[in-house]
Amino acid sequence: MIARTSLAAVVLALALGAGFTASPAQAERLIVSVSNHRVTVTPNYSGEELVLFGSVEKDASTPATRTSYDLVVTVSGPRADMVTRRKERKLGIWINTDSREFLKVPAYLALFSNRPFDAIASPEVTRRQQLGLNNVLLTQRVGPDYADVVPNDPFRSAFVRLRSQHGLYREETSAVTFLTPTLFRTGIPLPGEVPIGTYDVEIKLFSDGALVTKTDTAFEIVKVGFEQFVANSARNNGFAYGLATAFMALMTGWMASIVFRKD
Amino acid sequence: MQLYLPIADIPVNVFLILAMGAAVGFVSGMFGIGGGFLMTPLLIFVGIAPAVAVASVASHIAASSFSGALSYWRRRAIDPALALVLLSGGIVGTGLGVWTFTLLRSLGQLDLLIALSYVILLSSVGGLMFWEGLRAILRARRGVASLARRSGSHGWIHGLPLKMRFKRSKIYLSVIPVIVVGLIIGFIGAIMGIGGGFILIPIMIYLLRVPTSTVIGTSMVLTLVTMVIATMLHAVTNHLVDAVLALILMVGGVTGAQFGARAGQKIRGEHLRLLLGLLILAVGIRFAIELGIRPDELFTVRETGGAG
Repeated sequence: MIARTSLAAVVLALALGAGFTASPAQAERLIVSVSNHRVTVTPNYSGEELVLFGSVEKDASTPATRTSYDLVVTVSGPRADMVTRRKERKLGIWINTDSREFLKVPAYLALFSNRPFDAIASPEVTRRQQLGLNNVLLTQRVGPDYADVVPNDPFRSAFVRLRSQHGLYREETSAVTFLTPTLFRTGIPLPGEVPIGTYDVEIKLFSDGALVTKTDTAFEIVKVGFEQFVANSARNNGFAYGLATAFMALMTGWMASIVFRKD
Repeated sequence: MQLYLPIADIPVNVFLILAMGAAVGFVSGMFGIGGGFLMTPLLIFVGIAPAVAVASVASHIAASSFSGALSYWRRRAIDPALALVLLSGGIVGTGLGVWTFTLLRSLGQLDLLIALSYVILLSSVGGLMFWEGLRAILRARRGVASLARRSGSHGWIHGLPLKMRFKRSKIYLSVIPVIVVGLIIGFIGAIMGIGGGFILIPIMIYLLRVPTSTVIGTSMVLTLVTMVIATMLHAVTNHLVDAVLALILMVGGVTGAQFGARAGQKIRGEHLRLLLGLLILAVGIRFAIELGIRPDELFTVRETGGAG
């Protein structure tokens, strides 16, 4: 299992004191690592699952009474503008009438925790810390205004629902497991249609309903080899690319007429 | 077997796409049409972005019409003079169509226009072909010899000036309606992302009175050239042509087209028209139902750019 070897590696790294990031002047430190910092999209890529490992490091100033922790992991992919349209019946046919534009929203968004968000902290804290898909800020442009709206806004909930159907938005409140009281892990499932780019991972540690500390890490999803070559040449040399595709079409057609020639 | 498409940015099952290409290729070989009006909706159904589907299908149609055109050329079933005159209109029409497409996209509601034009065009053309095929079959069954081409009944089209003799088709016709037909097909094709063969062939048969021996081969030449131009335009302007997707479609398409062409030769003309009419009508009705029935999902999400 990849997960098991990664776990061994992380534990070793922790033992050697090779931490990645830490917030200073706090009672706890979070040390995390992702099993793979560079996901490569190859011809047979059809999704993947990354594993995030981490450990809560206590020091002398940690209150002795503090024993249990809660953890929320937020993974957000590259940001893009998206438009959500709603169909309505006009003159007997269903056409797109109303639309809302979501500005610079993550193309992939996943929230993982060890227990339900409302059990981790008060509604006030979950809202402020953007815990849960209902609390994540998704900026909309409504006419000239920029704002996020209430979670049950039809456009917002439709947007979240549609992204969730593709596995691009997800919320799992039991995905984070504490292996020991301070050692945790969670899986980050990436569906096949995951967009390429940089993914930010934010890890927040809560105790008794309050944020204790947080840290972040990142990984990237890149196209390599042939995929990248095709995508790059399509973008940078449109004319040559079009010419090559047209030529390929003619060659395929010509070859077929030779292969299948009867006379 | 899953394969990741570099431009469409999704993994697809190679055999599914190959089978879709072969099925559409079979139909296109059988009826001598490009098959874009079937392929584009199928690809969208599989989950490929409409813009990528339209752009990639153009090159797929180019491949299958080239292989078709070559075999028709060998059988001397192409009228080069007629094809050239059609092309002169078709190229201008394609350019105009792409220009209009860009204009409409900036105004929004392009999807609605595409859906509506699919409904109107496919239902009317399909319905007419179906009706015509049905009548021909009924006539044949009643034992009445099908009406010979009424060479005497020249319509207003045949009274137009600038007449030209198209030797291989054995017709004497003004170039004006031919150029206009090419223009219209090029224009419609660019807007709807189709080759236009299924509209062109009936127009050529019923309006221009081109004999059936040369009509399919000649229309394939027009489809071939307009689709090569469309591929180039899509690649240069939108960078949306997925060469990997196109190649899978082509390989399936040209293979299917060969078998389709053989099957088509075994079926009688009026049956062929009836079948094609039914097929086109079915796609048209499907689009109409989609517009008329309350969709399961009223909302759609589309990326509008601004990545990063």
